[in-house]
Amino acid sequence: MKLPLKKYLKRLGKVLRMNAGIIGYGVYIPRLRIKVSEIERVWQRNASGLAVSEKAVAASDEDSCTMAVEAARRGIEDFSINPKRINAIYIGSESHPYAVNPTASIVGDALGTTNKYFAVDMEFACKAGTAGLQVCYALKKARMIDVGLAIGTDTAQSKPNDALEFTAASGAAAFFIGDSKNEIIAEIEHTCSFTSDMPDFWRRPRAEFPEHTGRFTGEAYFKHIINAAKLLMEETGYNASDFDYAVFHQPNGKFPLKAAKILGIPSEKVKQGLLTPHIGNTYSASTLIGLASVLDVARPGQKVLAVSYGSGAGSDAFVLNITENIKNRRASRAVLEMIKEKEYIDYALYVRHRHKIKSL
Amino acid sequence: MQNIAPLNWRRFPERYLLKGNYCENCKQAFFPPRAICPNCRRKGKLVSMEMPRTGKIISYTKVYVPPEGFKNEAPYYLAIIELENGARVLSQIVDSEPEKIKIGAKVKKVFRRIGEPDKYGTITYGYKFKVVE
Repeated sequence: MKLPLKKYLKRLGKVLRMNAGIIGYGVYIPRLRIKVSEIERVWQRNASGLAVSEKAVAASDEDSCTMAVEAARRGIEDFSINPKRINAIYIGSESHPYAVNPTASIVGDALGTTNKYFAVDMEFACKAGTAGLQVCYALKKARMIDVGLAIGTDTAQSKPNDALEFTAASGAAAFFIGDSKNEIIAEIEHTCSFTSDMPDFWRRPRAEFPEHTGRFTGEAYFKHIINAAKLLMEETGYNASDFDYAVFHQPNGKFPLKAAKILGIPSEKVKQGLLTPHIGNTYSASTLIGLASVLDVARPGQKVLAVSYGSGAGSDAFVLNITENIKNRRASRAVLEMIKEKEYIDYALYVRHRHKIKSL
Repeated sequence: MQNIAPLNWRRFPERYLLKGNYCENCKQAFFPPRAICPNCRRKGKLVSMEMPRTGKIISYTKVYVPPEGFKNEAPYYLAIIELENGARVLSQIVDSEPEKIKIGAKVKKVFRRIGEPDKYGTITYGYKFKVVE
């Protein structure tokens, strides 16, 4: 059917102006915790420099897939999203339960979606979850989907007695992307990425635990986080003072605060989304759980900066504008409340739950 | 390696979503789904139905001597749960303080790993329940 030019331009204008955004989210943090002091006791090492007091541990019958389902289920329930509307599922993780066989299709079936959805598992160290968010955003802008689901989930692996073991944690966050004016709680105004070949952390095929380059990972982290944030500000014309909250990938409790300082963002704007000191580094879920915690308290009109980081290396940066809908659309339980439900385990139970006893 | 994937796949709706069925004639819900309604027999009209995700514990036990494949999970709690629509289901109880696991306790469905035949086979996922306040 041919449209008159005037009508066509009007419709085109509507499409161009239409913005996609977050219509709901859900977070899952496993119940078990191990104190960093317990890991210090076992290995007789001091990890106080990491500014992490405890980390969340997935139980032996949990993995990235089960946590992804739980996080998404919470989002569906809290924000009344019909799973039949989901047309895209992108799951970022570096601990997918299978090397070959998608997590995304298991999650789709477990949520009760239809079979009409785009799906793929993604991996880019700790930033695959935000990469999924970008893909869903783009698909929504292209009007190819109704609702997109992007999930960051990880049961982070770490070699016993490696520096990573003090922080590598488990958790998942699910974000639903749509464009219904009545549903959007945070409009995604802009996103961009900064990527380069910088191997600071990796895991080869069949290797059980990742390797890393110690202090060099810090160099890679700041290079990508800062450049992605600057690129975003350059492309949008915003400066650091325009943001009410900032969320950064959080491999430990110190790096996000230092990144904020470099960018000229006061630490008070970072603390709401800084969860690593309480739950550890949840890898692909890290930035997204921080963002969820900000959305728990954000008010209409506020602006949020979120920058993830994935080793290897790259950063995805986002500007989000909180809408009026957030007054009526909130998670039933804030992330900071959720983390209070916990059960401490010692190192022996930790290795049992995380399948680190290899003689079994 | 035993190839259990096809057998498991046929039960995904039941294990992932608690899909049972419901007789429109006698208004009773069944889980797992029945081939025919045991009350109405040929007069029954069964339709597929997702069961509620919450219920209460009817009875429970702590398993110290588990069947093959669950050795490393023991001891664990097993309970008969009555869902909100009256259907009953046998399930493991996880993520709950032992003193809160009791008859009448309110429980909610969670998605967990059920097992795997070995490190090469497919992972079986499904429902377990946890006590909620």
